[in-house]
Amino acid sequence: MKHNHLHQYLLLLGDHSMILGHRLSELCGHGPSLETDIALTNISLDLFGQVRSYFQYAAKIEGGDATEDSIAYLRHERKYLSSTILEQENTDFAHVIVRQFLFDVYHRLLLEELQNSKDDQIAAIATKSLKEVKYHLRFSTSWMNRLGAGTEESNQRMQVALDYLLPMAHELVTASEVENAVKIEGIAPDLDVLSIEFWAQVKAVIQESNLKYPEFKNRVVRGKQGIHSEHMGRLLSEFQYMQRAYPNMQW
Amino acid sequence: MNKEWPLYEVFIRSKNGLEHRHVGSLHAADDQMALENARDVYTRRQEGVSIWVVESSQITASNPENQGELFEPAADKVYRHPTFYNLPDEVDHM
Repeated sequence: MKHNHLHQYLLLLGDHSMILGHRLSELCGHGPSLETDIALTNISLDLFGQVRSYFQYAAKIEGGDATEDSIAYLRHERKYLSSTILEQENTDFAHVIVRQFLFDVYHRLLLEELQNSKDDQIAAIATKSLKEVKYHLRFSTSWMNRLGAGTEESNQRMQVALDYLLPMAHELVTASEVENAVKIEGIAPDLDVLSIEFWAQVKAVIQESNLKYPEFKNRVVRGKQGIHSEHMGRLLSEFQYMQRAYPNMQW
Repeated sequence: MNKEWPLYEVFIRSKNGLEHRHVGSLHAADDQMALENARDVYTRRQEGVSIWVVESSQITASNPENQGELFEPAADKVYRHPTFYNLPDEVDHM
């Protein structure tokens, strides 16, 4: 395929929004309050809107029978290129917020750069999505502050979530083979540069939220290469259920 | 200890030039959260360009029991309505 790197990169971008969007959709009707439930579902819908743009574009490149749905639902686990942190379970609200916050910081920095992508369509999607993601970051940052500097229990739960999730965050800002290839083609930014700003912003919010930046070693995670944690299989079995049970079904 | 978050009243301005209108209420732990919750609950279908939130307990309200003395005396004073003027067609929002 002529545009192989671009195609893979679109899957990677879409998978990041999609896997997190699915995790958030699991909270629909289960949020800690009605207001927060709607907020998280709104974010999920924003993310799925982005997924559609990426996968429609990818389907066009792929040609043949490919559609946004076949790309979303009919791949095997090893073909999903989302970072491992995103498929982690909701566990409690602290985990939901910390996972969201780490992704939002990365996501905003990435989209700001992608606005200048040599690929016009990616640039257009980035410009549209950036407004949404700025709000996601505002939402998750305010909850980091509120829970980190809240009660003893909320602080402790946030710390547990942070200690668990932070060792996986490096994958977001560590370039995979695909990302390196599209960087060279001017389609995507240099993640080494982006990672400096990423860690600076993450550290600043951890500090202002009365949380401790934990001592940690990066966990070996290879979600972007399609090698996922034990949570991904269960996630996909639910996510893909309808298309597997009723092939080609439509609403 | 009361575990409910305080109640807030939400006012939305639907477009520039119009006034903020009361649209409903919601629960939030602080002012910032009230603003964000209002955005998510009340403006997801493009209902607004500006939001005000205020803790419900900060509002002084009239008592329904006093309806008679407060409002009924206005009922028979039709001359207080500006209905005796002819408005030009160009005047909106009156």
